[in-house]
Amino acid sequence: MRIELVKRKEHSQLMALLSPLIAVGLTALAAGIIFAVTGHNPFVGLYKFFIEPLTQQWSLEATIEKATPLILIGCGLAVCYLSNNWNIGAEGQFVVGALFGSFLPVLFPSFENAATLPLMLIFGAIGGALWALIPAILKTRFNTNEILTSLMLVYVASLILDYLVRGPWRDPDGYNFPESRIFSDAATLPDVFGGLMSLATPITLIVAVVLAIVLAKTLKGFEIRVMGESPRAGGFAGFSSKRLTIFAFALAGALAGLAGTMEVSGGLNQLLPVISPGYGFTAIIVAFLGRLNPIGIIVAGFVLALSYIGGEGVQSAMGVSNKIASVIQGLLLFFVLACDTLILYRIRMVSRRAPSGEASHV
Amino acid sequence: MFEAVLLTVITAATPIMIAAIGELVVERSGVLNLGVEGMMIMGAVIGFAVANQTGSGSLGVVAAILAGMGMSALFGFLVLILVTNQVATGLALTILGIGFSGLIGEAFIGVPGLKLPELFIPGLSEIPFIGPVFFQQDAIVYLGFALVAAVAYVLFRTRLGLVLRAVGDNHGSAHALGYSVIRVRFAAILFGGACAGLAGAYMSLAYTPQWVENMTAGRGWIALALVVFSSWLPLRVVVGAYLFGAVSVLNLHAQAVEILDIPSQFLSSLPYLATIVVLVLISANRRLTLVNTPACLGKPFVPDR
Repeated sequence: MRIELVKRKEHSQLMALLSPLIAVGLTALAAGIIFAVTGHNPFVGLYKFFIEPLTQQWSLEATIEKATPLILIGCGLAVCYLSNNWNIGAEGQFVVGALFGSFLPVLFPSFENAATLPLMLIFGAIGGALWALIPAILKTRFNTNEILTSLMLVYVASLILDYLVRGPWRDPDGYNFPESRIFSDAATLPDVFGGLMSLATPITLIVAVVLAIVLAKTLKGFEIRVMGESPRAGGFAGFSSKRLTIFAFALAGALAGLAGTMEVSGGLNQLLPVISPGYGFTAIIVAFLGRLNPIGIIVAGFVLALSYIGGEGVQSAMGVSNKIASVIQGLLLFFVLACDTLILYRIRMVSRRAPSGEASHV
Repeated sequence: MFEAVLLTVITAATPIMIAAIGELVVERSGVLNLGVEGMMIMGAVIGFAVANQTGSGSLGVVAAILAGMGMSALFGFLVLILVTNQVATGLALTILGIGFSGLIGEAFIGVPGLKLPELFIPGLSEIPFIGPVFFQQDAIVYLGFALVAAVAYVLFRTRLGLVLRAVGDNHGSAHALGYSVIRVRFAAILFGGACAGLAGAYMSLAYTPQWVENMTAGRGWIALALVVFSSWLPLRVVVGAYLFGAVSVLNLHAQAVEILDIPSQFLSSLPYLATIVVLVLISANRRLTLVNTPACLGKPFVPDR
């Protein structure tokens, strides 16, 4: 038996919708097997992991809270990946954005007025964009591989955060704990809808919807997609691949930086040596599961957020390590990529003995 | 003192050198596997776990190699058979490897490890200075040098190497000549996985004989950068690995001496910053990179029928 791919004449619309669902199904199956192998009831495990977080008020709120940064970062990454710019350093852009967004409440705590929060968000976006521009400029100017440079900058960003929180930005009244001072009320992102979610969530959803419209209906959206699929054709249309690289990185960095600022301002309320449970990397999975489409990314963000909450759930209820969450995230990305093959190709099983002219080549 | 510094340079250079030489073969065949970090960390945890359970360091090393190969087979199936995007699939491999290693390794945190024994090469290890530095090492250090030499020889002096490079430079022609592009690439990917697994075993059985979550700390990514630095030439991998080793040792020793009151975080970021600087310097030189870059690197291949 051999697996053979037959190219479809055109993209399968049906499979484009179905493939993420099949991927989630296969991931659940694989997760069930892992639960069974480690000696736990797979059905209870899957229920606790994927369903239970949606049944209670507190866990639903926690899921929304975790989904928000994932969606915002994932939207920016989608623009990068659509245009063939492999930014995998969103985690670093998130951290640097949080630092830029925090310098007001940390260094000027007495600056408290209506402008504080908007300024913080703007600075956060600028910080993330500047950090993302480093690999972008190195790529356009020196042809340096952006995958490696953007990733290296993640490590550098975490070290800068660590240095600031343990050194110059440490809370003067904090008994030497490695944390910044607590943000004042004016610097704290308020909750909305009766405390169900922080203001970060509606902001994120608005950004995602605007981005979806831009991608689907505007010339810029067309440019992003053309340059991703055929840079040569895009060149004839007068699009500049270098300018687009700068644009995509700056946008992704700005959104990641905004997410970082909203995380420290809304959730943590101060800077800590570690401010993200890997949002920047999980958002890569979110972007692909959402098929690089902002509306899909909203849904995908919730699915991946479930894995964080579900991981905690199975740990406390069944004694399974919460590390299982990152295993499931990794498996999910694998299945998503494998299932996307179905969109472009039809899969055929061929028996080895079948008389076929050129089959001996493979 | 100098001898001690040199010894630490070797231990810092060995894992990235081994991982990089494996990835170099993969990329020469035209495939970009960004999952080195994931395969390496799986090698580290499986190597540690098996050595710990069986009490045998060699079994640990073998298990680590198999773990790396298993991970790479998964990658190979996706990118070669299902023709998925190589960049995204490599990232998936890294994310999965970091997740799985955390899950498997949880039971081994704080467990005392097992250090591979040093093998003294008779005669050579007696030479003053050179002997203790180069000929009183554990088996993986020697194996690393042997791997580089073997890859350099096979790649440029044998028919097998010629086929591998042909597949990486022009898969269409190689296919037309009757070579199985998929099979050659799969073999190269498995070799890369074995090397990454071995590099991981070195981390947890020799470099720091214990299991710490995320202990490879980006070395897999630095190995990928090293392949670019080497412009796909095996012997330059050694140079790059030792340069990197020197930078990270500078970091260790400077922290011990606390010179000039430099924040430790700055010193820790040096290897990453140095990698970026080196990548920029190499890639700015178009001629150098274009000559040796495998022309089909990262391009999917679907045989037409």
